[in-house]
Amino acid sequence: MNLKMAQQLRPSKSASKKPKIDWSRREEADNFAHTVKLYRQGKIDHDNFRRFRLQHGAYGTRMTDDYAMVRIKIPAGQIYPYQLEKIAQLSEMYSIGSAHVSTRENVQLHWVVLEDVSEIMHGLADVGLTSREACGNTVRNVMCSPLSGVCNDEEFDATPYAIATARFLLRNPLNQTLPRKFKFNFSCCEKHGMTRITDVGLIPQIRELDGKKQFGFKIFLGGGLGNKSFVGHQLEDFTPEEDLLYISIAVLQIFDRMGNRKNMARNRMRYLVDEMGWDKFKNLVLKERTIVRATQSVIIRLNINKKSNEIKRPISVSSENGSIPDGYARWLKTTTYKQKQEGYRAVFVTLESGDITANQLRAMADITKDFSAEGFARNGFSQDIILRYVHESDLPKLYSRLLEVGLANSGSLTMASAVGCSGTSSCNLALTNSHRLAKEIQRKFLELKLDDDDDLRDATIKISGCPNSCGQHEIATIGFFGGGARVGKDMYPNYSMSLGGRFDDKSMLGVTCIRVPVKRTIPVILKIIELYKKNKQSDDTLSRWIDRIVHGNESSEIKSVKDMQKVLSPLVVPPSKDDDPDFYADYGSDTSYHTVTGKGECAA
Amino acid sequence: MCSLSNEITHPTVDVDAIRSKINDDSVRLIDVRREEDYNQEHIPNAVNLPLASLLSGDSPESAVKLFEELGIADDTKVVVYDDTFGALASRVAWTLQYIGHKNVALLEVTYSQWKELGLKTSTEKPNIKSTKHSLNLNPDIMATAEYLENAKEKDNVVLIDNRERLNFLEQHIPGSINIPYRTLATDGKILRTKESMKNLLKNRGIPEDAEIITYCGSVGTLSGLAYYALKSIGVPNVKLYVNSFKEWKKLEKPIGKQENAAYWDLSAE
Repeated sequence: MNLKMAQQLRPSKSASKKPKIDWSRREEADNFAHTVKLYRQGKIDHDNFRRFRLQHGAYGTRMTDDYAMVRIKIPAGQIYPYQLEKIAQLSEMYSIGSAHVSTRENVQLHWVVLEDVSEIMHGLADVGLTSREACGNTVRNVMCSPLSGVCNDEEFDATPYAIATARFLLRNPLNQTLPRKFKFNFSCCEKHGMTRITDVGLIPQIRELDGKKQFGFKIFLGGGLGNKSFVGHQLEDFTPEEDLLYISIAVLQIFDRMGNRKNMARNRMRYLVDEMGWDKFKNLVLKERTIVRATQSVIIRLNINKKSNEIKRPISVSSENGSIPDGYARWLKTTTYKQKQEGYRAVFVTLESGDITANQLRAMADITKDFSAEGFARNGFSQDIILRYVHESDLPKLYSRLLEVGLANSGSLTMASAVGCSGTSSCNLALTNSHRLAKEIQRKFLELKLDDDDDLRDATIKISGCPNSCGQHEIATIGFFGGGARVGKDMYPNYSMSLGGRFDDKSMLGVTCIRVPVKRTIPVILKIIELYKKNKQSDDTLSRWIDRIVHGNESSEIKSVKDMQKVLSPLVVPPSKDDDPDFYADYGSDTSYHTVTGKGECAA
Repeated sequence: MCSLSNEITHPTVDVDAIRSKINDDSVRLIDVRREEDYNQEHIPNAVNLPLASLLSGDSPESAVKLFEELGIADDTKVVVYDDTFGALASRVAWTLQYIGHKNVALLEVTYSQWKELGLKTSTEKPNIKSTKHSLNLNPDIMATAEYLENAKEKDNVVLIDNRERLNFLEQHIPGSINIPYRTLATDGKILRTKESMKNLLKNRGIPEDAEIITYCGSVGTLSGLAYYALKSIGVPNVKLYVNSFKEWKKLEKPIGKQENAAYWDLSAE
C-alpha cells in the first residue's frame, strides 16, 4: 500500500477533534470594523479608540497608526489542527505570511492593516478563537504549563481549572477596566511553570483531610516582570479548589479598587503588594475572600470539565522501517520529554524567536493529526509548540516529518532555544532588535552543537529589546535587555546583561553584571561558557555555577559577579567606527544605529 | 458565475459550466502552466500557453498571433486556468481583453483544485486549427507609469499594491495601499465571494466608483488577479499597471517605505 493510500484509509484520525469551548463572538468583528470607521472619521477620539482596540486584542505597531498586531488568545495553550490551519491562512491574507508564538501561549499576527483586523476576527470566529482581552487592562490569556496532564511531578492536571478560569473571566465585567493588565499562570509542578513571576500563579496540590483526598492549589500573588520586577508570595499553605474562584474574584476586586490608576509606571498589582506590604495585602485578600464567599447572591462555580481527553494513538503511517535521518539522537535527547504515561513523549518544537511560516503552521496541523494521540497541540512559554502523546515508536517518523518542513531544530529544552521579544521588528517601545538577536544566538548554539552539552541544558537565555520585560530577561540564567550607548556622537546598540535569574521554587531575578554591545553578545556568552568549563566542579551545570557566583558561594577564580565583570570587560570595549562600522549597526540593519521609539500602550 | 450558453458576462466561470462544455468547439480552454506540466496532463481539450511565451513577444501584434495559433477567433469563448492562484491566468485573460477580445473569463478554481475535486483530466492534445483575430486595443484597462503619475494627483483614484506585506513595507509606490494577492482568494476558489470582496473594499474605505489601478512586482500577474477580483463585483473603472513596480524602480520614480522597523526579522522564511 502506498503512503498516500495508507493515510487515506486510516480510521478515525484525531483530525476531526474540535475544542470543547467556542471563545469567539462574531458580532465583535462587525463592531470592530464599525468602530474603526468612526475613528477614521474622527467621531471617536484617539484615546478611547485605543482602549477599545486593545480590549479587542489589537496592539499598536512601531511608528505607525496604519497597522496593528492581532494577539490571538489560546487559553491554556491548547490549539487544534484546524485552528492552526486557519491562522496560516489569515497570516497570508492579512499579515506577513508568518505568525508568532508568544511567551504567554498567544499567537500573534503582525503588521495587519487596522482596517483588516475585523476580517481576522471573523476568521477566528470560524474556528472558535478570539483576540478579546488579549491586550489592554484586562485579564490576559490564562496560561497553563504545556506539560499539565503529562508531567511526572504534578499532583493533578490543572488544565481544566485554567480553562474554567479563562471561561469565567472572558468578557466578565469584573475585569474590563482594571488599573492595568492582569495575568494568571497555572503550572503542573514547581519546575515547569512561571507561577512566581505573575499576578496569580497556581500549582496544583492534593492534601489528605480525614482520609479523603482534597484537590487544591498553592497560590502565589504579586509577582511579575517589568521595569521593576518582583517574585510572588505564597498566600497560604493550601487553597482548596472550591476557593479558586473566590480568590480570583477577591484579588481582582482588591486590585480594581486599590490599584494605582494614576501612575502608569506603577499600576501593576505587584506595586500595590509592594507598597502595602505582603502581610497586609495577604490579610486583605483573605478577608475579601470571606466576603466574596458570603455575599455571592447566586452560588457561582467554575465550570470545570474534568472529562479526560480521548487518547487514541493514530495508526502508524506505514510499518516499513525507513532509515533514521541524521541528527535524530541529538533531537530526541534535546527536544523530548518522557511523559508519566508509559510509552509516550511530549515533543517541544522550537521556533526561532517564536516565528512560524504559514506553510509550517499547516504542516504542524497535519503532524498533530498524524502523531498526537490527544489530537491537539499546546503552546509553551518559550515561544514553542508542544506536541504531546507521541508514541515512542513514532518518534523517528515524526522527526523526519519535522525535518521536511524545517521544524526539526534540536535544543528546544536546552539553553540553545533563546527567547526574544519582538523588539524593533514591530514594537513601539523597542530600542534594539532583540527578536533577531535571539535567532542569531540560537543559530550559533546549534552550529556549535552546544544544545548537546548536558552541562548547559538547564540554563536559559532570554532577551528583551528595552527595559520592560516582554522577553523575560530577568528570569534567565543569562538575560539581556536592550538600550543604546555612544562613542562620541556614534551610537551603538548595547545590552545590559544579568546573571542567575530563575523561575522555579527558588525563583529569583537576575543580578546585573555588565553592559554588552550587541555584536559582542555572542562572544561574551561563549566566554562565560569557557570560564565555566575551566572552573566547573565534577557533576556541575552552568546554571548551578552561575547560581553560586551570584550568591557569592563560588570558590574558583570567579567568586562574584564583580569578578565576572572584570573578566568580561575587555570584550565589550567599543572599536572606532572606522575600524569596525558593523559594530555600530544592529542586527537586521545595515545603517548606523539610532534609537527611535513611540508611545507604549501596555498601560492604555 | 455564469453559464457559457451566451456571452461571458462574469469574470469567472464555475466548474460545472466548463464540464458541460468541454467538448464544445466554441469554447477554448487555455492552460497557463509550464509546457512539461501541461504535457503530463491537463483539463480535456485545453490548449497550453505558458506565460513566458506570451511575455516574450511583448507586443499586441505578437499576442494576437499567439492567440490565433491557439484557434481563438473574435467570437470564441475563452476560459483560462493555471496553478498559480489564478494570477498567471489573469494576466493572459487581461491581455486578451486588452487586444479587444470580449468573451474571456477565468476558471473559478486552479488546476490543483480541479483535480482535488476528482474531475477529469487528459494527456491528449486537441487538434487546433489556426484562425484569425482582429486587433482593437482597449487602452482603458491599461495604465503606464506616466499615466499613473498623473492619475495619482486626481481625486477618486486608488492605487493598489498586490504584493506580499513585507515587500510592500520595504518599498512601494507612494500613496498606494496594500492588498496582498492572498487576500483575494477564498477556500477552494481563486476569488473571494462577491459579498466578502465588497466588504473588504468597504472596510478599507475604497469606493466602488473610484478609478482603481492595480500593480504588483514585475509583469502584472498578482495585480491581474486583483483586476478580476474588482471586476467580479462590478467596479467599472479598473486599470492594470502592467509593467508594475519593476519598471517604476527602473525609471527611478519616487519610492515609499515603512521606516525604522526591522519587520523582515519577524518572518520565519
